[in-house]
Amino acid sequence: MEIKVTEPAPLAMEWRQKKKEKPLGEKIIEGMIKTGGVSCIVLIAAILFFILKESYPFLVGAFNFKEFFFSEEWYPASVVKIRYGILALLTGTVLVTVISMLIAVPLGLACAFYISEFCSPKVREIYKILIEFLAAIPSVVWGFIAIMMINPTIIQLFDVPIGLNILNASIILALMSLPLIISVGEDALRAVPETYREAAEALGATRWEVATRILLPAAKNGLMAAALLGVGRALGETMAVLMATGHSIQIPNSIFEPGRTLTATIAAELGESPKGGEHYQALFAIGLVLFCLSFVVNLTADYLIRGRRQ
Amino acid sequence: MFKPSNHLLNKEIKEKKFKNLLSSITFFLFLPALIIIFWLFVKGHSALSWDFLLMDPIEGMTAGGIFPTIIGTFWLVVISVLVACPMGVIAAIYLSEYAKDNKLTRIIRLAILNLAGVPSIVHALFGLGAFVLFMKMGTSILAASLTLAVMNLPVIITSTLESLKAVPHSYREASWNVGASKLQTIRYIVLPNSLPGILTGVVFSVGRSAGETAAILFTGVAFYLPFLPKSVFDQCMALSMHLFTISTQVVGVPDAFPYATALVLILLILSVNSIAVVLRSYFRMKRKW
Repeated sequence: MEIKVTEPAPLAMEWRQKKKEKPLGEKIIEGMIKTGGVSCIVLIAAILFFILKESYPFLVGAFNFKEFFFSEEWYPASVVKIRYGILALLTGTVLVTVISMLIAVPLGLACAFYISEFCSPKVREIYKILIEFLAAIPSVVWGFIAIMMINPTIIQLFDVPIGLNILNASIILALMSLPLIISVGEDALRAVPETYREAAEALGATRWEVATRILLPAAKNGLMAAALLGVGRALGETMAVLMATGHSIQIPNSIFEPGRTLTATIAAELGESPKGGEHYQALFAIGLVLFCLSFVVNLTADYLIRGRRQ
Repeated sequence: MFKPSNHLLNKEIKEKKFKNLLSSITFFLFLPALIIIFWLFVKGHSALSWDFLLMDPIEGMTAGGIFPTIIGTFWLVVISVLVACPMGVIAAIYLSEYAKDNKLTRIIRLAILNLAGVPSIVHALFGLGAFVLFMKMGTSILAASLTLAVMNLPVIITSTLESLKAVPHSYREASWNVGASKLQTIRYIVLPNSLPGILTGVVFSVGRSAGETAAILFTGVAFYLPFLPKSVFDQCMALSMHLFTISTQVVGVPDAFPYATALVLILLILSVNSIAVVLRSYFRMKRKW
């Protein structure tokens, strides 16, 4: 017998057609939503574009790779010979970032362990609100605290002539990046499946053993990402380090000497440099360096976090 | 009779020590925050008065009050949120409802991540290059607010995305099955259900932009401006910037003034944030799923 394929009923056809055709209004709105989704890519590209655009004349003109990265002489307004070397500034940034992370990462991760594994839910809620509170203190207030509170404390404790120095900035940066490190670290610990802990405890492991032998390796990537995000935060911080580092362009010999960072240099000098001048363009070139540094740090952190999930 | 072995006892003692160590570290980490607030209050409360809040700064900022800075901060924050909020919500809707798991989506995610990680001073450079110079807005409230908006965008997107994703997928399926289109589902099911979460994120971002200094430094904020802004193309003063100015740049400011300014700034941000915290816990209680 021959099978005859019947056409669908006309009504159903019409309905199907209608479903495919969206009303114009809906199409427009969906188009807008899609554009909105892509806007972030456009924005990040625009940031790169405008910083490149403003620094371009410097990059093709006075820019000298060797001098820029390997000379510590930053004399953008010198009458005799203008020099643009960011080595001292770069060292300042690296120093305060590294020292602040030496303080903040162990403490922050210890704190994340405590909040995630050891304390009761009620205490956890209180600490979480405190973390949000700590994270909400703006950087200019931290800078103010550095000047008014940590500065005299350092002078008294270590008997040094000036308390606005690398150590001061590192302490402030450590306090500022702690909330981020704690909350990302805690997320990483919580992402370890409960079954891991149960299995270990069933074998007679104490919580200390669970924490060090099970959780630490299992959440390794996430914890490293937490540290890296802290680095990103410390690297890009502007106002607090501007106020805390003491503002002298030199490679510091000890943590009790003042220094200056890349971010602080832009903040301090951009207002005084004539728009469109070489100095102004050089500051944008520093911005470009900062943009690239934060880009690398963020991509690595993201890679680590995603690695953990897979 | 059963007696724990020495080995086990040792383990227990070690465990207790470890726990005590961690809890004291945590406690001492949060101590500074409380000390700071207390100390700002002790030093600053003598200058706090209605006069301080409602007067213009006079005599080269060594007397008077901080009224224009509060107004300036208010305008900056309001305009930036008005810009960033719709953009952020739309981008989050795209990512949560439309985006497929492909390369483009991954690039968008990375862009958001980097936008959030770019240092604030680089945002300031961007604002200066794009808004102040290229779009010829000049150093104005508008340029500064737009810069703040770009800074806040990733924060709003991330929090919105989280609350959109929290709406159970079965809600959407139910809506599609009764014949609603994708857009209708978003408009009548997804958005109303995630509104509380979106709001909380936005309120947090208000607190964040109120304290931001570096991003508005070269885009719209003046050191000292004895009159209130008349339009968005004027410059303005800002609370955070004022704190920077009177604590580092001006000589002869009474001791209590910067403390009081910092106190006002922190209290302002804290009250905004507590609104967000209250909102969040209230809606969490009322949540249907």
